[in-house]
Amino acid sequence: MTTDRIASEVPAKQLHQERLNHLQALEAESLYILREAVAEFARPVMLYSIGKDSSVMLRLAQKAFYPGKIPFPLLHIDTSYKFPEMITFRDEYARAIGAELIVHRNEAAIAGGASPWKLGTQNCCAALKTRSLLDALEQGGFDAAFGGARRDEEKSRAKERVYSFRDAAGQWDPKNQRPELWSLYNSRLRKGESIRVFPLSNWTELDIWLYLYAEQIPIVPLYYAEEREAVIRGGMITLVHPGMQLLPGERPQKMMLRMRSLGCMPCTGAIRSQAETLPQIIEELIGFRRSEREGRAIDHDEEGSMELKKREGYF
Amino acid sequence: MSSPNQSREMQQEDLQSQRFRQFLDGHLEQEMLRFTTAGSVDDGKSTLIGRLLHDTRSVYEDQLASIRASRVNRSGGAVDLSLLTDGLKAEREQGITIDVAYRYFSTARRKFIIADTPGHEQYTRNMATGASTADVAIVLIDAKAFQRAGELLPQSRRHTYIASLLRIPHVVAAINKMDLVDYRAEVFDEVSAEFSELAKRLGLSSIEVIPVSALAGDNVVERSQKMDWYNGPTLLEYLETAPLALREAADGPLRFPVQLVVRPNAEFRGFAGRIERGEVRPGMRVRALPSGRVTTVKSIVTYDGELPAASFPLSVTLELEDEIDLSRGEMLVAETQMAPHASPCFRAMVVWMHEQPMSEGRCYLAKHTTRTVRASVRRIRYRVDIQSLGHHPASQLQMNDIAEVEFAASLPLFFDTYADNREMGALILIDPVTNATVGAAMILGPVEDTEEDSALAEYGRHEQAAAMVWLQGRRDDAVRLHDDIRHAGHAAVILDDPWIPEASLPAAMRALQLANVTGISSRTDLTETTLAQLREVAGDRFYTTAEDAAGLAPTWRSMEEQG
Ligand SMILES: Nc1nc2c(ncn2[C@@H]2O[C@H](COP(=O)(O)OP(=O)(O)OP(=O)(O)O)[C@@H](O)[C@H]2O)c(=O)[nH]1
Ligand SMILES: [Mg+2]
Repeated sequence: MTTDRIASEVPAKQLHQERLNHLQALEAESLYILREAVAEFARPVMLYSIGKDSSVMLRLAQKAFYPGKIPFPLLHIDTSYKFPEMITFRDEYARAIGAELIVHRNEAAIAGGASPWKLGTQNCCAALKTRSLLDALEQGGFDAAFGGARRDEEKSRAKERVYSFRDAAGQWDPKNQRPELWSLYNSRLRKGESIRVFPLSNWTELDIWLYLYAEQIPIVPLYYAEEREAVIRGGMITLVHPGMQLLPGERPQKMMLRMRSLGCMPCTGAIRSQAETLPQIIEELIGFRRSEREGRAIDHDEEGSMELKKREGYF
Repeated sequence: MSSPNQSREMQQEDLQSQRFRQFLDGHLEQEMLRFTTAGSVDDGKSTLIGRLLHDTRSVYEDQLASIRASRVNRSGGAVDLSLLTDGLKAEREQGITIDVAYRYFSTARRKFIIADTPGHEQYTRNMATGASTADVAIVLIDAKAFQRAGELLPQSRRHTYIASLLRIPHVVAAINKMDLVDYRAEVFDEVSAEFSELAKRLGLSSIEVIPVSALAGDNVVERSQKMDWYNGPTLLEYLETAPLALREAADGPLRFPVQLVVRPNAEFRGFAGRIERGEVRPGMRVRALPSGRVTTVKSIVTYDGELPAASFPLSVTLELEDEIDLSRGEMLVAETQMAPHASPCFRAMVVWMHEQPMSEGRCYLAKHTTRTVRASVRRIRYRVDIQSLGHHPASQLQMNDIAEVEFAASLPLFFDTYADNREMGALILIDPVTNATVGAAMILGPVEDTEEDSALAEYGRHEQAAAMVWLQGRRDDAVRLHDDIRHAGHAAVILDDPWIPEASLPAAMRALQLANVTGISSRTDLTETTLAQLREVAGDRFYTTAEDAAGLAPTWRSMEEQG
């Protein structure tokens, strides 16, 4: 798929040998978490968002249960606003690694025309992501869901346990989390309750990119800079995408652009970049002065909006 | 790439990848250090972490802009740096930290994982959560508050005590708010002396005391201009150089608790887990606990190929030479290395973390390594008074109490003391009804058992006399029985060594009887005379089949079924 962009002079195996105290430690911790959850929960599922973190999490799952197959299905919450490249990548990659893929959409809301323009980003997310996710988890009877969230992404995520307890309504109570000492995770649940498990809790954005590089993990091409058509809307660079309606006076321009974080087409901004390969992305990242979630409209609606969404059941 | 410029592009890429390799090498060599904050409410922990992140340029501009624009600001300055970690709405509203925040930053030297914990007594459990994995604890002490109170605040003592219980390798006291005491050396000396005294009483071996102002940034990253009387390291210098204890753990005796069995097809059966201590290699003889069976490690299987060796803290999958009974919650240890303790009765230091008190006689779930058992509170030996560090009798523990407690578990646990090995000596207590995590326990050792309620004690009483077992020609059975008996906590030897002549066997057996050691032999041709003598020595405890002798070593598994 996109492996050619990752290729470097250094074979992966060699890197593996030489590297990396901290990445090895992080990997070992993540494998441990994945295995604990699979051993202790009746029906786990992995939230697969197609982004870079999901790609790392998926590779870790392959490693944790090797030579066996990944012992749980992947779940993608499709809002209908995902980039077509993401959907293609998702289907091809899941097939290539032989994973079971469940795609869930809140069809009622989609048919009702749910959109960020009509509902506002908050409500749109609530309907197409959060509601959809909670429904999918309930329908599947899943008692644990792996998510690729990292604590370094956002300040309310920085507060989250590796095993994040959710009540029967799927909600998070940040003021009343279970203590979590050492690596002894409490997986005890009553009926209807569930746990979100975050194997990447201690990874940073840089760790993710270094790992993608060292492991030669394929990612959606949107992460690499290319000449792309876009308009600048409310300070955000929005890629021209299927179904987009240009506002009066808006004229798409061609620019070298890439995505730093993948989400829904209308709400995720691109950045100007010349980084066409993984090494270039990493070099660029080192120089960044702004956080990766800045390009997400939803996080900025009001102070603490991520916490609100998380309380309601968002990842 | 078929452009005419191909060769130039390739050259550039070479250069690029070389440069990048250099960067990677540098970056990947980095060690990782985990540290936590501790101390009383409002001592400035979150502000200090904010300052550390800010001054090491680890805060993105948009994050800084967002806290600058925040409605909340208790700092009296342009920006309240505590808001970088106090990420919950309730925290910003109440101006206190409620739960741990994890933050990450790196310098050229190290990569850091920070746990910023709450000082408020109500949230001590969250402090313990953040501290349990730390290599360094930074105990903040508010110099001004100390001056006012004339002594360390109870919460500073409690947190320092918890840091010592958790055996955080290094403890550094940051004497904060020096700006409020005019940066005076006398104040620092006073606090410093009192803290050192406490550290000494707690047996903390590695301590450091640093005067700082989190608000003004003195001695955090930048050396202070206002305290030239201080010559020690800045906080960051200290964090960058504090020695890491990781390697020690790779040297100890092998501990491999099994997380799950990987069995993708009929040909492969592997045991997945994390090496909690020591090192494993193919060809190594390992003993499975509790079955006691000994086998050899065939290979260390990973997605990236087989490994020639693996050590703490790697997660691997082990393939064994023999089909042995082994599953989650059980453990592999090296045959020839020190074995862990095996006992259902143990004593531990407990930090109680729930509103509902712990009381003697109550039963909890205890999660230890990958095994969860029922554990009842047999006795609270004493409760620790945080102020005086004295021991007091107690039959109940209230939230935040710390005590030494004796437990009796439904099954034996295989453990090392917490002092020897964090992973093998730690357990959490879970309320079986509410499922809440109610306590953390650090094992001090097995309990010399004298009471009725232990299955092990029960078993021990029935097995006073040693036995003689003759398994003619069945060497494998002899070895297995030997292992099982030993594993059950009793002594046994195999008397097949050709250097012991047959005529000496009865005498050897008599000596073993006195020492209460079971003798086993698989010799093929014992004479009637020898057999008669052996029968005489062993009385009705002379067995000739493995089945008859099975009672000598009921495995833990069969005890589990009974109990
Ligand atoms: N003058 C002065 N004030 C400080 C200093 N450090 C922190 N403060 C102030 O002390 C107050 C408490 O600071 P925090 O950082 O929230 O304290 P904390 O220890 O994190 O509190 P909890 O997490 O709730 O236990 C705030 O108003 C800070 O601005 C300092 O070095 N000097
Ligand atoms: Mg705080």
